[in-house]
Parts: sequence; structure tokens; C-alpha cells
Amino acid sequence: MRFIVTALIALAPLTASAESNPSDWPAVLDAAQGQTVYWNAWGGSTTTNDFIAWVGKRVSEDYGVTLEHVKLTDTGEAVSRVLAEKQAGQDTDGAIDMIWINGANFAAMKDAGLLYGPFAEDLPNWDFVDVEGKTVQTDFTVPTEGYESPWAMAQVVFMHDTRDLPDPLGSMDAILGWSTENPGRFTFPQPPDFLGTTFLKQALIDLTDEPEALAAPATDETYPQVTEPLWAFLEELTPTLWREGRAYPQTGPRQLQLIADEEIDLAISFSPGEATAAIANDQLPDTVRTFVLDRGTLGNASFVAIPYNSGATEGAMVVANFLLSPEAQLRAQDPDILGYGTVLSMNKLAPSEREAFDALDLGIATLPPAELGPALPEPHPSWAERIAADWVARYGSGR
Amino acid sequence: MAAADEVSRPRSGRLAWFPILTILLLLGPVCAGLAGTVAPAFGYLPAIGQTSFTMDPMLDLFAWTGIWRATFLSLGVGFLTTALSLLIVVLIVAGWSGTRVFAILQTVLSPLLSIPHAAAAFGLAFLIAPSGWIIRTVSPSLTGWDRPPDLLILQDPLGLSLAAGLIAKEVPFLLLMTLAALGQTGGHRSMKVAQTLGYGRISGWLKTVFPRVYRQIRLPIYVVLSYSMSVVDVAVILGPNLPPTLSVQIVRWMSDPDLSMRLVAAAAALWQALLVLGAILIWRLGERLVARLGHRAVVSGRRGRRDRVLRSTGVAFGGLAVVTIFTGLASLALWSFAGSWRFPDVSPDTLTFKSWMRHADSLAAASGQTALIAACSVLAALFLALGCLEAEHRYGLKLSSKALLILYLPILIPQTAFLPGLQTLMLGAGLSGGLLAVTLAHIVFVFPYVFLSLGDPYRSWDTRFAVVSSALGSSPDRTLWAIRLPMMLRPLLTALAVGFAVSVGQYLPTLLIGGGRVQTLTTEALALSSGGDRRAIGVYALLQTAAALLPFAAALALPAWVWRNRADLRHG
Repeated sequence: MRFIVTALIALAPLTASAESNPSDWPAVLDAAQGQTVYWNAWGGSTTTNDFIAWVGKRVSEDYGVTLEHVKLTDTGEAVSRVLAEKQAGQDTDGAIDMIWINGANFAAMKDAGLLYGPFAEDLPNWDFVDVEGKTVQTDFTVPTEGYESPWAMAQVVFMHDTRDLPDPLGSMDAILGWSTENPGRFTFPQPPDFLGTTFLKQALIDLTDEPEALAAPATDETYPQVTEPLWAFLEELTPTLWREGRAYPQTGPRQLQLIADEEIDLAISFSPGEATAAIANDQLPDTVRTFVLDRGTLGNASFVAIPYNSGATEGAMVVANFLLSPEAQLRAQDPDILGYGTVLSMNKLAPSEREAFDALDLGIATLPPAELGPALPEPHPSWAERIAADWVARYGSGR
Repeated sequence: MAAADEVSRPRSGRLAWFPILTILLLLGPVCAGLAGTVAPAFGYLPAIGQTSFTMDPMLDLFAWTGIWRATFLSLGVGFLTTALSLLIVVLIVAGWSGTRVFAILQTVLSPLLSIPHAAAAFGLAFLIAPSGWIIRTVSPSLTGWDRPPDLLILQDPLGLSLAAGLIAKEVPFLLLMTLAALGQTGGHRSMKVAQTLGYGRISGWLKTVFPRVYRQIRLPIYVVLSYSMSVVDVAVILGPNLPPTLSVQIVRWMSDPDLSMRLVAAAAALWQALLVLGAILIWRLGERLVARLGHRAVVSGRRGRRDRVLRSTGVAFGGLAVVTIFTGLASLALWSFAGSWRFPDVSPDTLTFKSWMRHADSLAAASGQTALIAACSVLAALFLALGCLEAEHRYGLKLSSKALLILYLPILIPQTAFLPGLQTLMLGAGLSGGLLAVTLAHIVFVFPYVFLSLGDPYRSWDTRFAVVSSALGSSPDRTLWAIRLPMMLRPLLTALAVGFAVSVGQYLPTLLIGGGRVQTLTTEALALSSGGDRRAIGVYALLQTAAALLPFAAALALPAWVWRNRADLRHG
């Protein structure tokens, strides 16, 4: 890991001085005026794309910031781009100003000194964020340290088509039992896809006898023992999957099309409101509902981060701050639009704003907070890395 | 245009620079890109602190469990696609050229050439899936299925559906290339002699015309071989994933959050390039073998008159390609207007403009970018191609077969092998992912097609017009601008249309060189495809197709209108 240290030393002066200081917010707003922010975010979800377009309209009206949504097929593309720019010595005005990022990519970019910051906790709207109740300061157990700003809460739910699968399944063993009786009606996105890996983690947490080991990095001693029940489970489950596990959907939303096509009846989702929004868009039949496992499901936050060489750092911070505004959070939680959970604390909001959140209809297929239950913490990223790699070796390269 | 000023003061030999400039323009990016691939393949990637050369990336690549499957998949799909496409084209041309059926087939196959690969693949995917249109039309009435059968049709491990999608697109390409070659070889006279001697159509054509034609279409065949071995967008849609094809895996490694995977990606890219090279060599050996067998067949003197079945087969497969692609596009059109549409319904419950409305803004922006990049790169390519051809005409600077190979290089070498390296190079040169960089990259891929499309009509122009013109006192430039180019309106527009379609269809160059900031209809369609929302895909794929097809329609209509009073030029 010597190169990481070298990189951090090389980059330290750049990140500290080149841009406006986020604690001097009026200066940030001044500098942001007229900037164009290229937000690299996965482009596979129509509802998210529409939401980002709306954010663009709003920040342009209020702050004179132009937002361009760069639609990625994989967030890794953005990491790749920043890396290529660094390789070519382009340390200013890079192509990417903001990335919708998740645990593994964040850890890699933070390690390699590819991120601008810290900025997140200096944003004015950080005051509303629920730092006590929600995992907004760690990302897959890695401390964010202000290098990324949260904008939505996610929690694992399972979508089921009640026409063919009327009752919720309370555990991974119940899912296995149902899939054995109804072969070919369940699948999950192919790891190392983000959601597919999440399914493996969720299964691991539900099946293992030693959940407490997951908070620490996986070691050669703990790993085989803790994950043994997972592999036993997959050995039984895989032959009962859609296409007998010889093909998998490549991403989460692909599963929506499969349910609509009557190919499967059960699918995992990382957004409690996704099913409702998809029903509103005709992407899912209105017979779809959601459930969580009895022992709880994984939850985490979605973040945005700013690359070290962004030429519109201020503009990006303005967008990140807008995403934390009650207005944007309310819209994101609207089940007909996105149905993403808010990262804000209701107690920190003005009464009128709190009422607006309370007034939101949950939507036809969204569980109320009480039924959703507490979100389980993410395992250390080393677990996800190893199980995804192991899954690819066992099931992902043909047998 | 700058060229117009130069016309008035001709300097001898100034056009001689065109071929050199063009070769540099084509070779430069390819060589630089390859260098940028080879270095990390052996462990050299300073950006992540790797500055010593090792074999580790290569060892890691071959330690990947999927490597041999991915390798054989790449080879299998490549050979299958190329051999079957060639076979179908040969059966069609040999069995039917000169007939009315042939004229019809040629008319309906030509537009297929310009339909973007990704759009065709999406359409095919919805047709042949177990929950697709074909099964829906017979379910549940004939099959009794109220749920789709759990069959692995799409993304099958052998890559058969991938090969099928590619064949449907490569048959039109090879057919047009063969027709161009036929024009130069004057095969129909040989055919007459062969038929007079009692040979059947196919047997006579194979024995007298094919050897001459093959020499001309050899490079296009290698392009098909290389392309089908290394294609990314079609393979993502139709190809298997356990493991994926080598090129798809390269793109995945390139975007892995673990930055050291980029070394493995480079090693795989190098391996992909070697595989293509090896496949071409094997094909070459196959050519020798076929030539020897063919020679024996010619000597045998067998007439082969009972070829009705073979002839019908050729036409059937050609027709199948047309029907498949157009039906696929029709299904996408329907999806773009679909409300709720579940299995096993053949059509949606409701029709709505919702999908078009919600994408209207980004569609407009992406269409604008697409058109701008295509227009600029095609005009630049046309300018270079005309310069080269005119230099050839004036100074006899004819391209040798080696130079022709250079022309083909950018489309012969897999894009995954040199584009990632090129990306780094362009960044280093300060050409940071803007429209200009993408346009320059597009020229590299557009130029070969424009040049090939323009070359033959340009050379077959009757030079006696030039003699008459200079006898009347015109300079060579005046002859070019006032006589030759206007007479060549039709081939010029066709070359423009071909180039436009090529530019519209470019995915990896736009994505990698543009840094994602440059969004065309193709990059947007592929980004959406990862989410599998058929309505959104339908909207983008239709517009993408329109962007490629409209210039073709214009290339047909415009000369007919301009030359409405000049009967001899209308078909020129």
C-alpha cells in the first residue's frame, strides 16, 4: 500500500487550498454561480434519472448552478476516469465533479486520495441530518470523515408478486424452502453487482452463527468459519434459481422487468419505496408488495462525493447541500417519485416541514417504518469483497 | 470551407500530403493506444504507483477461473458469426445475382447496415426471450403457458444468441462489400460462360467468380471476425455472463473499484488482441484449405445443377435477418408507447406518450450531441478521403495493399485493446474529454468506412471528362469542384450516410474518450440498458436508429431531386 501514502502526500496541498472553504458558505455560493456540475450517477433507473433532472432544475433556479447528469452503467467507470486523469497529470478541471458512490468505490477512492474534502459536515444543511439515528458517518464501517455527503437511506426489502407468492417469507431458510418448491421463480443480480453482493451479505447475516465477527475485518481464521453456512445455503439454492443459476440479471432494475414478464416472483431491492414507484410507472404489476426478514435487513446510506480534481467543487457542494434540504428530501421520499428514505432527523426540522413528511402517503407497496424494523449495520467491506470474489469463483465463471 | 480558398491558387503536389496525414491520423491513435495497453499489461501504471515491469498481471489473468471459457467463447462466436455470415452472403449472391429476388433482397438488406448494433440486439432480445414476442403470440393458446418457460435462450453459455444477433447485422455488411467487389471484377461475364457450359448458378459462381471476389472482400471479412470476437455492446445485451465474453470482462475490470484490476484488464486487452491476430491466421490457413478443395472441385468439372435447396436456403436466411431485425425494431417502438404490458399479452393494455415525454429533455440534448459529432467527424473524414483519392488520381499515389491494411487497422484491431490506452494519451495531451476529443476519435473509425465507400465510385469516374475540361483550360481544382464532385453527388452522399451511421453507433470511443461528459444517443441507450427498462430502451433505440437511417434516406432522395432533369446522373 505504499502508493496510497505517496498519493496522499502528493495530493495534500491541492485539496487544502485550491477551492473555497465550505465553512465560508457565502463565498461558496458566489463561486458556484455559473458553474456546471457533472454528476456521475448510475443511469439505469428511470425514476432516479427523473429525480436528478428535477434537482438540476432547482439548483439552476436558486443558485445558478448547471447540473449535468452523466449516466453511468457502472459507478466504477467514474473511478476509472478519475484514475486515468490522475495518471495523465490532469489535477485540475477533471471531467467529473460529483459521484453517487457506494461503499467499496468510496473506500477505494478515499484510500487512493482521489476525493476532495472534508466538506460534508460543513454544509449548512448538515444541521438537519440525523447523525445519531442513521449510519451517515460511516459507509460500510469505513468512517466518511466528511469526504462524502449522505442523501438517502436505503434498506433491504424483498419484492414479491402476491399473485404467485402471497405471504412474506421471514428468513433466508424460508426463501430457500419456497424456491425449492417453486423452482425457477427467484434470482438475484449477479455479484459483484452492488445489489447482488448485498443479497449475499444479507444471506450471510441471516444465516451465520457469529454475526458479531462481521464488524471486524475478515481474516483467514474468521472467514471460512463464518461464511460456511452461506456456501451451504447457496449450494442448495442455486439449482432452484431462475435458469437454474446459469444466468442472472445483471442489475437490480432488471429484476423489475423479469417480474413484469412473469419470469420471477421474488426479488431483492435496496429501496423500500422502489416497488411503489415502479408500480406508478407501469414497470411492475400492482400486485407486488414488499417484506423484510424477521431478524431484520441491511441498511445504509447513499452518498455523493467530489473528486479531488473537480473544476466545480463549489457547485458540487451546493448540489450536495441542496440534496440535504427538506425540500429535496421530501421529494425523494415521495413514493410516486423515488421513495428513498430521508437522512434528516424529524426533530431538527421546522414543524411545517415535519408535517409535510408525516403527510406523505407511504404508497401501495411500501412498508410503514414500524414494520420495516431496524436497519442492520453493514459488515466491514472486506467481507463483501471476499464473498463476492468467492461467489464469482464458485458460481460466476461457469461450471 | 478552407478547401475552397485553396482552389483558386493551385500548387503542385500539395495534395500529396493527404495520404501521409491520413495514415498518421489513423496509425497514431492506434499505436499510442496499444502502447498504453501493453505497458500496464506488464505492470507499469504510475497512477497507482506501479512502476516496475512484472509478469504478475498476465499471471493474474490466467489465474482467473473464467479465462479459458471466455477465450473459447470469443473464438467460437467470432468463427461462427464470420463463417455463417459469409456462407449466407455467398449463397445469396451466387444463387440470385441478376434476378428480381436479388434486387428486392438488396433493397431491404441495405438499410439494416445502418441500424445500430445495440438497437438491433435489444429488438432481438425481446423477440427470442422465453417471455418474448414469439412465445407470447402462441401463449397460452397453443402452448398452455401462462408463465414463460424457464429456458436459457438469451445469454446462453455458448453465445449462440449473441452470434445470431451479430449474423443478422454482418450479412448486410458483407453483402454490400461483395457487391462493391463484384463491380470491379466483372463477374457476370464469367457467369454467362459458366452457365453456357451447363454449370448451376451456385457452382458456376463459386468456381469462376468467388476466387476473384474473395480477394477483394478478405479484409472486410477479417473486420467481421475481429468485431464479433471483441464486440462489447451487443455482448452485454445478448451474450452470456457466466463468464461473459473476454471484451465485456475487460470493460468490467476497467471499472472495478479495486484499481489494481486495471493491470489485469490491460493484460486481458493484450490477450484479446493476440486472439484476434491468431484467429485471423487460422482463418488464413482455412482459406488455403478451402482453396485447395475448391481447386479440386473446379478440376472435377461437376456442374452442380441441382442447387435449388441451397439457393432457397440463402434467400431464407437473408430474409430471416431482415424480418428479425425489423420485427425487433417494431417491438421496441411498441414498448416505447406501452403502459402496463404483462406476459402473455401480445400487446400492451394501454398506449401512452409518457415514456417519450419523460425522456424528451435528455433526448433532445443527446440527439444534438450525436448529430454534431457525426456531422463534424464525417465531414472531416470526407475531406481527408477526397484529398487522398484526388492525390491518387493526380499523382498516381495509389495505396498499396500494405497501405490498405493501415486503413483497416482501426477497425481491425479490437477497440477494447487500444481505446483505454488512447484515453490516457489524449488526457496527457490536454484533450480532456470534450466534444473535440470525441470527434477526433470518431474520425479514426469513420474514415475507413467513408474511404471504402467512396473509393470505387471515385476511381470508376470517366476521366475523359477531366481531359475535356483541361483541354478547355480548366485547372485540375476547377475540374474537381465544378465537374467531378457534382457528378459524384450520389456516392458522396452515400459515403456521408455510411460515415454518419458509423459515428452514431460508436459506444466505447464516446464513453472512454468523452469521459462520460459527451452523451450521445448510443451511450444513453447503453446506460439505460443496464436497468432493463424496455420503455426507456425503446425510446432511445428508436431515435438512435432514426439518427442512422435518416441520412441514408436523404442520400437516396437528394440526388433524385437535384438531378430530376438529368436522367443519366440520377443513377450515377
